[in-house]
Amino acid sequence: MTTALNALWTPLSSTPLLWLVVTLAAYVAGRWVQSLCGGSPYASPVLIAIILVGCGLVVTGTSYTTYFAGAQFINFLLGPVTVALAVPLAENFGLVWRNLTSIGLALLAGSLTSVISGIGLVWALGGTRDVALSMAPKAVTTPIAMAVSEQIGGVPALTAALAILGGILAAIIGRQMLRQFQIEDLRAHGLAAGVAGSGIAAAQIAAIDETGAAFAALGIGLNGVLTAIFVPVLIALWR
Amino acid sequence: MPVALLILAGCELLGEVIRAACHLPIPGPVIGMFVLAAALGLRTGLTGQKKTPAPLKPAAETLIANMGLLFVPAGVGIIAQFGLIRHQWLPISAALLGSTVLSLGVTGLVMHKLLLLNHRRLAARAGTIQPHPPADCANRNPLP
Repeated sequence: MTTALNALWTPLSSTPLLWLVVTLAAYVAGRWVQSLCGGSPYASPVLIAIILVGCGLVVTGTSYTTYFAGAQFINFLLGPVTVALAVPLAENFGLVWRNLTSIGLALLAGSLTSVISGIGLVWALGGTRDVALSMAPKAVTTPIAMAVSEQIGGVPALTAALAILGGILAAIIGRQMLRQFQIEDLRAHGLAAGVAGSGIAAAQIAAIDETGAAFAALGIGLNGVLTAIFVPVLIALWR
Repeated sequence: MPVALLILAGCELLGEVIRAACHLPIPGPVIGMFVLAAALGLRTGLTGQKKTPAPLKPAAETLIANMGLLFVPAGVGIIAQFGLIRHQWLPISAALLGSTVLSLGVTGLVMHKLLLLNHRRLAARAGTIQPHPPADCANRNPLP
């Protein structure tokens, strides 16, 4: 039985198709669990899928490189989906234009808060400098976060992990937290999701409302640009 | 679908070209997003056509609705960082939680307050356009 299984597993484990299917299945399972929980944001399908696939890799002793050879086809679509965020943005152009000052100020406040509190908390709790620097750009979209992290002396791979964990966290707590502050306006929800949690939190808002999606898209884009410019300057001053 | 993919991938490519040509620190897809938004805005401005071109809209909606799936492969990479995260779990988890909560709250609250302020200002401005009743008229007809 084991030899038969091995004879089947050995060629299968190296085809990209296997891990592509596993990733899709894990996400479908995550969505199923979320719908079982009545659509609760706590049952994040992204988090569930990551845990399922991660366990699968550990149990089968598969390396991340082997896994990524299959999963890269899904990862590749991150580029087109980022571009696709232009659609809700353009459809709400008038609304964005009328609130440009509010957006700019809220973005500046949220972005600075994220970077400074991230560095400050790591430093205050005895974390090392490279971890603090990896934490600084974690709220922005992963490719920008990694590039900034590398530039300022962080660990890009750690920043990528933090960006995704932060995004999952923002997607889970964002809506409920802002409601606690009596904020129901989806423009504020969208912008906060985009600025604090980038793509993953934006996905959560985009599924609910198109105006929210537009403001989240703007939050991701503008916070990315702002962080890429001011974080390296800020760190240079800190040194 | 091919037209929509052409537009999306084309804008991404254009974004990459702009990034490389201008040595920008911003990734190609983010530049591509602003390029496509500007192009769609320009189209509306020139033709008065407010709707997104037919093949683009459903493709964009489908992609955005399933955006979470696209983060799974990169997210699985977290396991490679497990050693470092476990070693400094307290500063990492506290900073991640703290700064995400603070940033969400600050962005949301500032945006909310400014939108309210904006709304009140616009309402006040709209109010001044309407003629106020003359003072003597108001005196003759006191409110019940």
